[in-house]
Amino acid sequence: MKKTALLIVCLCGGLLLSATADFPDWGYPSSPASTHLSNHYIEKSMEETNVPNLVTAVLADYRGFDTMFETAVVFCAGLACLLLLRNSNHKKDRFYRHVPTGVILRFNKNSTREPGGREFENMDAHWVPDDLIIMTVCRILIPFIQIYALYVVAHGDFSPGGGFQGGVIFGSSLILLAISYNLRTALKRTTEKVLGIFSAVGVLLYVGIGLLCMVLGGNFLDYGKLVKVLPVDPGHIRALGMLGVEIGVGITVMAVMVVIYVNLASKGQHDEGL
Amino acid sequence: MTDFFIVVMAKYNYWLYIILMMIGLYAMIAKNNLMKKLVGMNIFQTAIILFYISIGYKIDATIPIIENAHGGGHGAGPLVIHAADYINPLPHVLMLTAIVVSVATFGVAMALAIKVYQRYQTLEEDELRMHIREK
Repeated sequence: MKKTALLIVCLCGGLLLSATADFPDWGYPSSPASTHLSNHYIEKSMEETNVPNLVTAVLADYRGFDTMFETAVVFCAGLACLLLLRNSNHKKDRFYRHVPTGVILRFNKNSTREPGGREFENMDAHWVPDDLIIMTVCRILIPFIQIYALYVVAHGDFSPGGGFQGGVIFGSSLILLAISYNLRTALKRTTEKVLGIFSAVGVLLYVGIGLLCMVLGGNFLDYGKLVKVLPVDPGHIRALGMLGVEIGVGITVMAVMVVIYVNLASKGQHDEGL
Repeated sequence: MTDFFIVVMAKYNYWLYIILMMIGLYAMIAKNNLMKKLVGMNIFQTAIILFYISIGYKIDATIPIIENAHGGGHGAGPLVIHAADYINPLPHVLMLTAIVVSVATFGVAMALAIKVYQRYQTLEEDELRMHIREK
């Protein structure tokens, strides 16, 4: 089996390597990929869209339809993860710690009782003592990560960034909270319901902006028509439309990253994870 | 021999991505563990991403963000943009979305792996086949 695989891989690799002889040299300015459409994007997109970051201009304007479905794919992946793994009926023994004394109570999986009072905290079966250094550093770091994520989304038109990157950064800050504290703390802040709503709202915002352009008499995602409802300079209206779309992408990506992490880490039970 | 080296040096980006891609392909075919197959798939995807990014590169060009776009700089005169000064933005756009989508699909793949493990208590391919044949 391994030898057959090696043979196939060597044959395939050899064919591909011999084919590279016909490829243009690396960084050759007039290679086929950099001639036809790419020149139009570079030279004309500034006057057509007024957005200096060409990647954002192509992503959200020229190829806006494509990006809409990419966002839908991310949403579907989050949904698939949730549907495959989510299992809220599975019952396990529960553990509660009495904080002042350190006494731990164990509740049988069939009992529905809860200990009264605020002195009890729910804890994991495989409990690791809280690490003060990690928790403090993460508590200080997380707000800055989130501000940076918002900056990356909001400034995506003028500097490297955009909805996908900002969404992933924001999602990772929530995942950091789940890792450094525990899954329950993170889920208390961003509940399952909020995550589900956010991942759908992002796609809806994207589609909504597209439909609004249609209602105002343009084509789908033709941001120029938004000038009828937004009191801004017509020169900057496309940049503003792209920003709206990028915010939609960012919300969806953020929520889906957290949904995927939470479901994978807790095998769909949302009680305890990594 | 020197000719061969010149050809390789001018196209070493393709050589690198093909080697990386073949490592991923080998892992997908030959490895027995499903998680290792997934890692192979991820290496394969990374190779494709590197290939696209290297296609977009131009010698003596900068990142695709227009300099001094809204006035600023030396002011005066309309903005002149030469296509040769900026690298091709299109591969970057395609790969930007591909990276996020690959992370999301990798999450789905791992969710499937967890389901397989919960049912058969193994992720080894031969043991899985044995279990399926017994039914």
